[in-house]
Amino acid sequence: MAYDPKNPMKDRITDIGPRNYEEFMPPVIKKNFGKWLYHEILEPGILMHKAESGDEVYTVRVAAARLMSIELIRDAMKIADKHCEGCLRWTTRNNIEFMVDNKSKLEPLKADLKANPMFPIGGTGAGVTNIVHTQGWIHCHTPAIDASGIVKSVMDDLFKHFQSMDLPAQVRIALACCLNMCGAVHCSDIAILGFHRKPPFVQHEVISQICEIPLAIAACPTGAIKPATVDGKKSVSVNGERCMFCGNCYTMCPAMPLMDAEADCVVIMVGGKISNRISAPKFSKVVIPALPSNPPRWPEVVAAVRNILETYAKNANKYERIGEWAERIGWERFFEKCNLPFDVKTIDDYTLAYDTLRTTTQFKFS
Amino acid sequence: MAKFKTPFLDELEKGPWPSFVTDIKRQAKTKPELEDLLGQVELSYKDKETHWKHGGIVGVFGYGGGVIGRYSDMPKEFPGVAHFHTVRVNQPSGLYYSTKYLGQLMEIWERRGSGLTNMHGSTGDMVLLGTTTDQLEEIFWELTHDLNTDLGGSGSNLRTPSCCLGMSRCEWACFDTQAACHHMTNHYQDELHRPAFPYKFKFKFSGCPNDCVAAIARSDMAFIGTWRDDIRIDQVAVGAYVNGELKPNAGAHSGRDWGKFDIVKEVINLCPSKCMSWDGKALKINNKECVRCMHCINVMPRALRPGLDKGCSILCGAKAPILEGQRLATLIVPFIKMEPPYEEVKGLIEKVWDWWMEHGKNRERLGELIGRVGMREFLKAIEVKAIPQMVKEPRSNPYIFWEESAVPGGWTRDLAAFRKKHPL
Repeated sequence: MAYDPKNPMKDRITDIGPRNYEEFMPPVIKKNFGKWLYHEILEPGILMHKAESGDEVYTVRVAAARLMSIELIRDAMKIADKHCEGCLRWTTRNNIEFMVDNKSKLEPLKADLKANPMFPIGGTGAGVTNIVHTQGWIHCHTPAIDASGIVKSVMDDLFKHFQSMDLPAQVRIALACCLNMCGAVHCSDIAILGFHRKPPFVQHEVISQICEIPLAIAACPTGAIKPATVDGKKSVSVNGERCMFCGNCYTMCPAMPLMDAEADCVVIMVGGKISNRISAPKFSKVVIPALPSNPPRWPEVVAAVRNILETYAKNANKYERIGEWAERIGWERFFEKCNLPFDVKTIDDYTLAYDTLRTTTQFKFS
Repeated sequence: MAKFKTPFLDELEKGPWPSFVTDIKRQAKTKPELEDLLGQVELSYKDKETHWKHGGIVGVFGYGGGVIGRYSDMPKEFPGVAHFHTVRVNQPSGLYYSTKYLGQLMEIWERRGSGLTNMHGSTGDMVLLGTTTDQLEEIFWELTHDLNTDLGGSGSNLRTPSCCLGMSRCEWACFDTQAACHHMTNHYQDELHRPAFPYKFKFKFSGCPNDCVAAIARSDMAFIGTWRDDIRIDQVAVGAYVNGELKPNAGAHSGRDWGKFDIVKEVINLCPSKCMSWDGKALKINNKECVRCMHCINVMPRALRPGLDKGCSILCGAKAPILEGQRLATLIVPFIKMEPPYEEVKGLIEKVWDWWMEHGKNRERLGELIGRVGMREFLKAIEVKAIPQMVKEPRSNPYIFWEESAVPGGWTRDLAAFRKKHPL
């Protein structure tokens, strides 16, 4: 039975939800569900989970670009069919995982994965795992930067940290191509963020036809947008000095675009985390207000991320996340050690500003 | 022969990380619209600007979410991507797949779409990237009829709930995150597919305070596993870590020589509540003072396990900076049993939604509404009592909004009597 466009509601099924995950779990996972004792990371990218029953499951984690063709997914499926009883899974950081229920099956699985350069093994423990990212120029209408290309460039550079566990703790990198931040870059060890730096255009001749002007005005969190009449037509004016370039007006109104090749830039934020381990979850902090967005390889961004990561790796204690290290040594010391300039743009002047200012005479001299 | 020259994108075929360009080029051999995608993205690399148009409302009948319209702003030059809509397909909990199911999905996407996907989008959906308006109903029909699956959420809806892999392969999960996520997704299908909210609303289910699904940072309601009895200790295994027989942190630090494991330095002294001690023979934990940060358990997974009285904490109001600034979720319910049919939790969810729908402004997330009107109003609306666990510290200003009913004698006063005592 196929869809009949003349009769779209006939036999229509809606609101059935996703497939039940229980259908898809490998037998060893299903059998030991909720009865796991402990795990070990045998080598980078290889996990062993031990169950109360004595069963073991061996997992091989491989990188993926998130953007994946059906052909590549079929390549992964072939490996899962050959080695993993037709089951595989993705991680919350867009890696792919292949599981086998016996150590003897591990080496043949690894050999087949190693034969395909699209499936490098790694991403576990005190290293860098896959970068969570957004769509960028490949599919989004508001980005200030690309996503996939920057991620590829950064991960090429940090690849050895994907395939090793030589850092003080795990380092979670995330990228968002605009301030909407689809993904948790605001709580990442290192965040790469696309940012617009010119106030929106106003396309006066069409704005009243394609936008609800009151909505565009109400969308501005700083009150920078005011009603105006231009050439006898209803429109808006934008006070550039009050614009913080969030792009919310553009989201509400296509006649107010922000993007600009000359001005759009990359912000680097540092020190966020999600886990409650040792210290509380933290927001990422702006440490580089603007880097140039230079396709196709974004050398300035790659170098900045590497510099922060390597300085951290050299200086932090075991188990210390980047933000915990920076707090222990003090942020003034963080800027010094990473050789980063500090200026007024790094001091908050938005809603939560006061919480971030120093209100003590306890500080360190630079 | 490629349709467009792509010197910029070709640079991204170099290096060890999997190249999306190489992948797309291979797929373009059978899906020519991807040639146009490569051409348009190459132009974006040259122009340093996107070439996707703003918005475009498309969808399937009866749903307001699940499909995101996308149009090229250069349709003449790149006709293959003139329409290039996104279809969000609701992922199975824990992101496990059989190759049979994935194969069926890939077959639909080969026949009716571009052959390009995101596995997965930031919220967790399987994202199918690039189709035309006339295919949307056909895709929806095949997903529901042939694959027994559904679209995810987009717009001012409940967004597709997501979870960590939970009890399926993690010894730390304190509740069945997959079951909870699956149940809530199915129970709230109407909220998922038909926009009725001021803005997006996210549920995330994490099995333990390590929070692998970033619930505390991203979800309007975060369900994070925890326990309230004692950490289980195997003292023999503790000794094995101390003696160097077992690798700390499950071997996560094996890429560097950090020296001999030192339980005092690496566990006792790093405990945030300082509730642990080591006398050279046994590890002692004053569980009453433990804040369940997971560090000791993470370091010694074979020696320490979460307690047996498990459930979850519920936190509300996390979001990224747009619009009023970033917020982490706030603790509302320290502990609740998280078991089917989840009636108590659903009762709370619905009170939260009723209040937010009544008082929230257009595009105001729950956390922002709480910030605007205050926790007191929120707690009153959801009928939850204030407790010290909800704050880092009590308020430091005394500007308390007393209610008339709580003030002795109410607010009614006799001005004449007052003036008799205190003449003007």
